Amino acid sequence: MSFVLIAEQILNGLQFGIMLFLMSAGLTLIFGVMGLINLAHGSLYMIGAFVAAAVASATGSFILALVAALSAAALAGAIVEITIIRKLYNRNHLDQVLATFALILIFSEGTRWVFGSFPLYLDAPSYLQGAVTLPGGIQYPLYRITLIFFGLIIGLGLGLLITKTRLGVQIRAGENDREMVSALGVNISKLYTFIFALGAALAGLAGALVGAIQSVEVGMGEPVLILAFVVIVIGGIGSVKGALIGSILVGLTDTLGGIFLPKFFSFFMDLATATNVGSSIASMSIYILMSIVLVWRPTGLFGQKV
Amino acid sequence: MIKERHLNIFVLGLLIFVPIFAYWNDQPFTITLMTRAVIFAIAAVGLNLALGIGGFISFGHAAFFGLGGYVMGILAWHSQNYVTLVEWPILIEGTKSMPIIWIITIAASALLAAIIGMISLKTTGVYFIMITLAFAQMMYYFSTSWSAYGGEDGLSIYVRNNFPGLNTLDPIQFFSICCVILLIVLFFMGRLIKSPFGLALNASRQSRQRIEAVGFDFHKLQLTAFILSGAITGLSGALFADLNRFVSPSMFSWQLSGEFIVFIIIGGVGRLFGPVIGALIFVWLEHLIGGISDYWHIFLGFILLAIVLFGKGGITGLLCQKDAQHE
Repeated sequence: MSFVLIAEQILNGLQFGIMLFLMSAGLTLIFGVMGLINLAHGSLYMIGAFVAAAVASATGSFILALVAALSAAALAGAIVEITIIRKLYNRNHLDQVLATFALILIFSEGTRWVFGSFPLYLDAPSYLQGAVTLPGGIQYPLYRITLIFFGLIIGLGLGLLITKTRLGVQIRAGENDREMVSALGVNISKLYTFIFALGAALAGLAGALVGAIQSVEVGMGEPVLILAFVVIVIGGIGSVKGALIGSILVGLTDTLGGIFLPKFFSFFMDLATATNVGSSIASMSIYILMSIVLVWRPTGLFGQKV
Repeated sequence: MIKERHLNIFVLGLLIFVPIFAYWNDQPFTITLMTRAVIFAIAAVGLNLALGIGGFISFGHAAFFGLGGYVMGILAWHSQNYVTLVEWPILIEGTKSMPIIWIITIAASALLAAIIGMISLKTTGVYFIMITLAFAQMMYYFSTSWSAYGGEDGLSIYVRNNFPGLNTLDPIQFFSICCVILLIVLFFMGRLIKSPFGLALNASRQSRQRIEAVGFDFHKLQLTAFILSGAITGLSGALFADLNRFVSPSMFSWQLSGEFIVFIIIGGVGRLFGPVIGALIFVWLEHLIGGISDYWHIFLGFILLAIVLFGKGGITGLLCQKDAQHE
């Protein structure tokens, strides 16, 4: 196994992890601040991808498609928050799970109704196609490199927003004591709508960006949603830093496990069995990682002690 | 307002007389539909022990449902293809006998529940929801990548398994098997809820400190409930696979875990017959609206939203004045 192949796989894992971070950052903020478990987050990811694919095919502009995806997801998030989610903040987790499960059904079938059952395709723009040569002679697709940088910039921006701005202070204060925050004159319900829309926009953006690598189809959001759950369980619910580290851990484990475990088993098995056993275990690897983290730290790496 | 006991008797009557009526009128499809509802009801009754009585929300009960399906599928596949299951250290063959399959299914699901429970019951609340979901997904991906047993395509079983003295391919006879199992499970649940264990479990949901103060082991209570719950749902998975004569990774899907919770919510959380009522209504609605529109999940979504936002206590809560045991 060559150094180039390993480096490529690490970059793939990193890119996957960064996209997962865009999903899990919103999810963990929404849970941390509002105490809401939002299963419909995957639907916002799907909406982003569909809107991007539709706008890109209508206008031919990738930038416009991204902007449209981001705004559509944020808008959908804000509408859902105002009409439904707002009523769920004081409910128990069971009600939240069910209501957001209902939202998934509505969004998925609604999308199928509007766009049909066939997958759509979204192409990366021509100026981002092709490969670049990285130091060490590694050929890597330019689009994926762009995704990694773009994701890191957004992560940095989100970090600055939360730690350095007045809004960030309000968000962090809302996590600790919502009554005190509203007593100090912050419009808490507006703040909640904003956070929800922010999370939705990040999810929609992730959907649009990944849509250029995968096919855009109904039900694309839920597998990512479940991975994002694994990420925030590993990172600790409510922690954006935990979400970043968790995402990269999950992204790397998933990608590298799929490549190296079959190779590893082939040292002491015949090739067919090794491929079979290796890929079966690789498909479980991130969940095994999650179990190990939980046994060690039941509230995740950066979660607050209960 | 009617009494919960009368509603339960009415539901029992429906379970027994609708299929008999369908049998007289030669409508095997109705019987199959009822069988489906009964099997889902068994799965949800199992989940209700953890979710309704124990109060820990498992969003991953499809793991046990699917495992039950695969236990049945693997045993029957080995038997129908004359391939030995295990050759060493002892020779084990596949089987087509339902009772044997059920016993193995219950044991396997209980074991899986013990493993999942030991890890996930360390956590509570929203962590528990996500972890059980993640474990079910793990089973899903494992089953899709395990190509020895069909991988993504699943396993087809050509002939339904045997039950001594019955022709299981006859819809009404297979329905009777499932219905009797449901009744046994309900009877067992009814006794369990009133037993010292059931009462302690109920109390553990309401106050952990108090249950520990009177000397119960909180984790042991929860783990026992989770194992029993998983075993019952696993059994229903074996029956479901037998109904379709087909097992595939979709039996592990997270949507199914969600639907089990939906049955309980529609029927009424923590009620003995709640899951049964929920499963009957769900299957009936699915058939009714699914026949009119391809997009029946939209309607289901809105119905569910309405129940969560406005209806408390599901159908049972709506019809019966007295609160569920735990409210």
